This record gives sequence, C-alpha cells and structure tokens, in this order.
Amino acid sequence: MKKRSVFERIAAAPHLLWSAIFIVAPLLFVIYFAFTDREGSFTFENILSLSSYSHTFVMSLGFSLIATTVCFLIGYPLAYCMARMSEKTRNVLLVLLMLPMWISLLIRTYSLMALLDNGGIVSTFLTRLGFQKLTFIGTDAAVILGMIYDFLPYMVLPIYTTMTKLDRRYLEAAADLGCNNRQTLFRVIFPLSMPGVISGITMVFVPSISTFYISQKLGGGSFDLIGDTIERQFKNAVTYHTGAAISLVMMILILISLAIMNKFSDSEEDIIV
Amino acid sequence: MKRFGFWYAVLTLLLTLLCVGIFSSCSSAGETQTLYVYNWGEYISDGSEDSLDVNRAFEEYYFQKYGKKVSVNYSTYSSNEDMYAKISSGAATYDVIVPSDYMIQRMVAEDMLAPLDLSKIPNYADIDDAFKGENVYYEDDTDNVYSVPYFYGMVGVIYNASIVAEDDAQIGSWELLWDTDYTGDILQFNNSRDAFGTALYYLGYDVNEATEAEWREALELLKRQKDVVQGYVMDEIFNKMKSGSAAVAAYYAGDFLSMYEDNEDLSFFYPKEGTNFYMDAMCIPNSSKNYDLALEYINFMCQEDVGVANAIYTYYASPLTTVRNSTEYQEAMMETHEGAMEILYGVDDEIPRQAYLNLSPERLTLLNDLWEELKVESSIGVGIKVACAVILGSLVVLVVANVIKKRRWAKLYD
Amino acid sequence: MKFLSKFYIGLIFLILYAPILVVIIFSFNASGSLSNFAGFSLYWYRELFRDGEALAALKNSLFLAVTSSCLATLIGTLAAFAISRSKNKYYKRTAESVSNIPMMNPDIVTGVSMMLLFVGVGAIIGLGDTLGMWTMLIAHTTFNLPYAILQILPRFRQMDKSLTEAALDLGCTPAQTFFRVELPYIMPGVISGLMMGFTLSLDDFVISHFVSSPDFKTLPLYIYNQTAHEVKFSMYALCTLMMVAILILLIAVNVAGSAGESRQRKKDRKLSGGSKVR
Repeated sequence: MKKRSVFERIAAAPHLLWSAIFIVAPLLFVIYFAFTDREGSFTFENILSLSSYSHTFVMSLGFSLIATTVCFLIGYPLAYCMARMSEKTRNVLLVLLMLPMWISLLIRTYSLMALLDNGGIVSTFLTRLGFQKLTFIGTDAAVILGMIYDFLPYMVLPIYTTMTKLDRRYLEAAADLGCNNRQTLFRVIFPLSMPGVISGITMVFVPSISTFYISQKLGGGSFDLIGDTIERQFKNAVTYHTGAAISLVMMILILISLAIMNKFSDSEEDIIV
Repeated sequence: MKRFGFWYAVLTLLLTLLCVGIFSSCSSAGETQTLYVYNWGEYISDGSEDSLDVNRAFEEYYFQKYGKKVSVNYSTYSSNEDMYAKISSGAATYDVIVPSDYMIQRMVAEDMLAPLDLSKIPNYADIDDAFKGENVYYEDDTDNVYSVPYFYGMVGVIYNASIVAEDDAQIGSWELLWDTDYTGDILQFNNSRDAFGTALYYLGYDVNEATEAEWREALELLKRQKDVVQGYVMDEIFNKMKSGSAAVAAYYAGDFLSMYEDNEDLSFFYPKEGTNFYMDAMCIPNSSKNYDLALEYINFMCQEDVGVANAIYTYYASPLTTVRNSTEYQEAMMETHEGAMEILYGVDDEIPRQAYLNLSPERLTLLNDLWEELKVESSIGVGIKVACAVILGSLVVLVVANVIKKRRWAKLYD
Repeated sequence: MKFLSKFYIGLIFLILYAPILVVIIFSFNASGSLSNFAGFSLYWYRELFRDGEALAALKNSLFLAVTSSCLATLIGTLAAFAISRSKNKYYKRTAESVSNIPMMNPDIVTGVSMMLLFVGVGAIIGLGDTLGMWTMLIAHTTFNLPYAILQILPRFRQMDKSLTEAALDLGCTPAQTFFRVELPYIMPGVISGLMMGFTLSLDDFVISHFVSSPDFKTLPLYIYNQTAHEVKFSMYALCTLMMVAILILLIAVNVAGSAGESRQRKKDRKLSGGSKVR
C-alpha cells in the first residue's frame, strides 16, 4: 500500500509543477509589472495613472452589463422553448445551437460586419426600400449587438442543460398543487434553473467585458473597451507596466462581480428551499 | 478487452501524430535557412490574381544562384509604431523591415539598424538620385547607408463622388474630413502620427516642430472629429471604401489607385493646406541573424522585373528609375486610371509637402499621451446610458425584493 | 402557444445564422464585391488553395491542437488520479482551485500574463526572442489542462474503489493497476478531454495573439491578420470550409454518441435481464 502512495505523489507532480510555473508565476509577473516602473523599482504610479481610464472601465462595464441582460432576456425564453420540444427536435436544435460556438469568434464577428456594414446587404436592402441611409458600424449599439450575437449561445446552452435535467416530478407536483403554466415557470422552473442562469451570465459577462476584437471591428476603433486598452499597451505601445496594471484591476473587478453574483444566487436558492 | 485495444490504437495514433509533427518541424528547420521579412500589409506582389509571387520567386532565384534552400517568412504590420514595438520588445527578430522615414531616423538614432554593405546591392544604382546621398533627409549618419528606398508617396483625401457633393470636394481641403454632412462616413488613420498629422496639416502647423499648445489644439480638433468619424482604421479602409460603406478617408495615393480599380466612383485630391510626403525603405535590424541573405533579398527587390511586379500590385510610386521607365508598368498604370502617372509622380508644386521627422522623446511621450486621451474619449448614446440605468435599477429592486421576501418567509417559519 | 414558441426559436436561429449564411453564399461569388452577386464560381476556393500561408497556418493549427491536447490530457489524467486518491485536503483544494484560475480569468489576462512570463524570463536568461512554437504549445497546454481535469476527475470519482483494491490484492503493481483497471474505466473521460482540448486549441485566438511570433501562425491568427488588412473573398471560402468541417464533426460525434448510448442501453437491458433469470 505504501508503494501506491508514492505512485500517487509522482502522478501529482507534473500538474503541480506545471500550474506553479505556467499559471501562478505569470500572475505574479502581472503583479510585479503592475507595481514597478521601467527601472524595476517599486511604484504605485501605474495603478494611480489608471484614473484616466475610469471612463473606459465604466463604459466596458456598462456595455457588458447590457449585453448580458439582453442575452438573458433573449436566451432564457429560447432555452425554455427548446426544452419543451420533442426529443428529436431538441437534438437537432442543440447541434444548431452548438455550431456557432464552434465557429471562430473572429469569423462570426466578421460575418456580422459583412452583413451590417454601411454598404452591406442589410443597408442596401433598406435603402432600396426607401429608408434613409443609416450608419451602423462604428456606433455603440453595434458593439453591444456584436457581443450579444457572439455570446448568446453561451447563455442558452447552460440554461437549456439545467432545464432538460430538471426533475419532471417537480413540475407535476406544481401542476397538481394548482399552479398554472406561468406560475410554474416563475415559481418552480426559474429558481431551479438558477445554476444554469448563473453560469450563463458568467460565460457572457466575462468575455464581453474583456473583448477587443468586437469593438475593433464593429466599433471602428472609436469605442475603447478595457480589452482594447490592454491590447494596445502590449501590442502597439510598449507600456507593459500600465497594461499589467489595467489587467490586474480588471481581474479583480471580475472576481468581485462573480463573488457578488454567487452571493445573489445563494439567497435565491434559499427562497425555494 | 477488444474495446481497450481500440482506445489504445487511438492513443498510439495520436502520439505518433505528435511525434511526426515534432520531428517534421525540427527537420525542416535544420536544412533550410529562413529569412524573416516584416513589411506593411498589402505591400508586396503576393501571387494572388495571377501576379508574381515575389517571395516564392526569391526562394527560387536563391536556389538557382547558390544551390541552397531558403524560405521567406513574411509577416505584416499596419503601423510603424506596431513594428517598432515588436522589434524593441525583443519579442521577435526580423531580417528585413520596411519602416517609414521618421521611424528609420529614430531607429538609426537608437542604434537598432545595421549599416548596409552597398557593394552587395548592385541594383542600388537604379534608385533615382533624388532619393540618394544628400537627399536622404531621414538618415543623420552621413558615413553609412541604412536603408534602400522601397516605395514613396504622399497622403491625400480619397472620396466617393457618388456620395460626396462635388462642391465640397472642389475645395480640396482637409475640411472634408471634418464635414458634418458626412457623419458616419468618414475614416481616420488608426495610428497616432498620421492621425495627428491630418489635424496639424489642416491647422497649418509644422508637423515636426509644433509646440505643445499646437499639439493640444490638434487634439481638440480630433476630439471634435470623433463624433463624425465612422472609425479609426488602417488597411480595413480598402474594403470600406471599395464597398461604399465609407465615403471620405485620408490615405496614400497609391492605395487610391488600387481602390479605384474596384470602384470607379472614387476620386482623389491632395489637400491644399499641405500634406505628408513619406518614404518607406528597406532596412536590416541589428538583431538580424541572416545579414547576407537579407542584403540578397533587398537587392532582389530592386530588380526591374520584381520592382515592376510590386509597383503594379501595390500602385505606389517606385523610386527605381528602371521601373518608372518600363513600358509594361506605364501601360498597366494607364489602364487602371488615366491620371495614374500624374497622381503618383507629377505632383503639383503648389501643394506644400512635409515629411515626418523623428520627434524628441518628450514630444513622443506627449503624442502617446494625447493619443491615449483621444482613444479613451468616447461619447455614448443616451439610449445606452438609460438602458444601463434601468438594468442597474431593476437589479437593485430585485435584490431588495428578495431580501424582503426572505425575511418574510423566515418570520413565517418562526 | 406551441406555434409561438416555434416561431420564436425559428426567429432567433434565423438571426443567429443570417451572417454565417451571407459568408457561405458570397464565398461562391464570382466577383469580389459584397453588394452584388455576380454568379456562382469556385474562384475563391482555388485562390485559397494557392495561398501557401493559409495552408501553413492550418498545418500549424492542427499540429498545435494535437500536441497540446495530448500533453494536457496526459498531465490532467495523472492529476485527476492524484486528486481523487489523495487524502491530503490542502493538496486537493489547492490543485482544484489553481486549475480553476485559467477558466475564471478572461482570456486576455491569461494571454497577457503568459506573455509577460515569457518575455520576462527571456530577458532574464538573455534570449532575444522567446515567443514562438514552444510558447504557443505551453500556453495552449495550460488552458487545456483545467478542461482535461474537469472531464476526467468525475470518472475517477465515480469509480468503485474496491476495483482498485481488488487489483492490488490480486498482485498487480500500482502501475499495472493504473493501466489495466483504472485507465480503461476513465477512458471515455480521457477521450472527451482530448476532444475538448483539440477544439479549444484549434479555436483559440486571444491567448495565441499575445504569445505568438510571426513565424508560427495558427489559423485564427491568420484570419485576424487578414481581417486587419484588405479582406479577400478567399477568406470567406476558408470560413465556409471550416464551418462544413465543424458541422460534419459535430454530426459525427452526435451520431456516434447516440449509437453508443443505445448500445449501452441494450447492454444494460441484457444485464438486468440476466439478473432476473438468475
């Protein structure tokens, strides 16, 4: 039996080593860069200089908040409708839902741009119908629409999964106890599908607050989100220290948001119990 | 047991694939030399649409001349600053780069470029004298030559004549880029130097010697423009102007011809307030590991047939006299646009032109800061703000309602 | 009600697929313009296969996806084994939460942090350019690792411990036990971990964007470079081909999955039938 535990320790080693070097160490590097200047001496300057980016932070937060909410408002009914279909239809719909998730984000964003561009198909069609020419690319709405379009499947999938796994007996019990469809939905199904909702919200909120490709393409570079700012610090200007500071703050911001949300969901679950 | 056999087969297959992959990638690196070329996007004839694939042609040429295999690794950037960041961060090494004038000046000053051995570049003789010796305004070291001119040109305003009123265009001024009639149809450069350049030329200031107050004035002008521009772009401009999704943009003269080929509604002028003259030239960074091969490549680029292929493909003005006098080249240009040669080479002397020079470190920091300030600035629609407020408000209401509900239940259970 | 929900599903999927359909349709466009369809042609597909850079990027992508998913699954299997068997609470907790970090963090932070590590270490050692194939391989393995563990760990937890004990009692060495008893049992987890890693790595753009160098470009990086310049319609052709490949893969997995399920069900039925007879 002793040999066995030696074997276990050896098995644990590669993962621990790998995580230490390639997961923990990089984060330490981010912290190190965030608190040093070019000469390598300790400074708070990078963090303090972020006040000039407060607008960017607020804007990113606002955009991703709206995108997440709209994704939820569209995605929840979709998941609900899908879950109520027959099994065969459901499987087909599931493949259809997963297909866009597997197509590169770049391609999907780009194809959305091709469709909505000012000389693109939709606008040509609208002008032919006699509408006034409308500019869409380069507006804030375009960025938000891009986020919604790109991340909607990530919202639907977890909600749909929890709904299909839902114990049918709860629904029958609710019906027996005199709930109508609407009451069942709001009082039974919704609280029970909360874990799916939470993971859906996370899966939409995190990528949309940190995106840079969407705002570059659909926002035309006029709407600088946190992701754009970080990307610029690392790829265009060699200001790694500022970039590291922004990354650090964003990471903390996301952790706080997730913590708040988890707390919120806990209280939600208490109600049903 | 049969099933396990199947899984093992799958695993072994994957592992062999892995080994083969590693092996092949190693062996291919050992035999052939690789030349790393870092150039602007869409700046070389690349074999698409039946043009000459210059990089492959070089590989063949080298193999025939020396019997050795070489492979050209070609990658692109979209602004001098991007290229500079990449080289100076040491994240990658290149053998041939093509910076613009002011960037060459900066890189020479920072000792990042290797002096060229001109005896290895016999084709250098074909470069127009106007771009050699004394006329190289961007190299401060008179003893050495660090660059071989690749293409040059001037910045002008491209507009779509089917959207822009003739009267507005006739003025021939930078003003068109600020015209509120074309809100959402205007494109601006997505790099700090060129974007601020348009504002400084418009204001009539010296792009190299402007004072801090003048720079700030340019920033205000650009901030004002932010409401009318559709976006800040570089090479995406091609698609946008060709498809008509944007109507006004400042860009390089050669690119106008390339866009005109696909969209004949486009038109072009050099703004009367003055504009930018630039020279892009081939250099070898100090960190290059293939100096001789790089020289060979630069020499190859100055051959007449290669120069013609590149010039026809990119539509930029070539500093090679052999190219300019080639009938094949002239015919190809005339076929695209009747005034092509005029636009590229015979520029009206009444239009003032000024090249960018390297800025002092203080000015560069200022430019960076101003650029960040411009980028961060963005006006968000009222609708978005209202939506945000509504969502936040309803979230708060939901949370409060939940807490109250919970308390009530708790009381009930008590 | 039923009609309404069908209509709603149809509408959302239509919106979801409209841009993708545009790309597919226009990849067959004879002209290079988005505003009119000049006629059906395979011109852009031919252009695509003449583009050496795209093919090289595809090769790199496949190579990276295979190696990184194998490496991640290997490390992940061992880690899952150790986590599920260990009695050390602290080890379990740290191992699990550490492997959660790349999943929780936005990709851009993971990418940036790895870039800082590589460039920083490179500067310390004195190497000029550290970024390249190896850094890509490391980065991809790192973000595949948590997903591999996530797929494999539950299988270990479900496994009846007495099986292992029986094998050990019957004289198997720990290594033999692992390979003969435990590995076959967790194989479905390993396979799905491999597949997950493969697709994640194939699809990743953000992390690769930061840790790559121009001499090792993957397909998403190539696409990004293309969309930053003048986009030729051969890009659309590439996207169409990728979508078709993914569709075939998805359907294959689904068919295989449902076939496997029905086989399993049959087996279960047989087993339960057998017990009844007994």
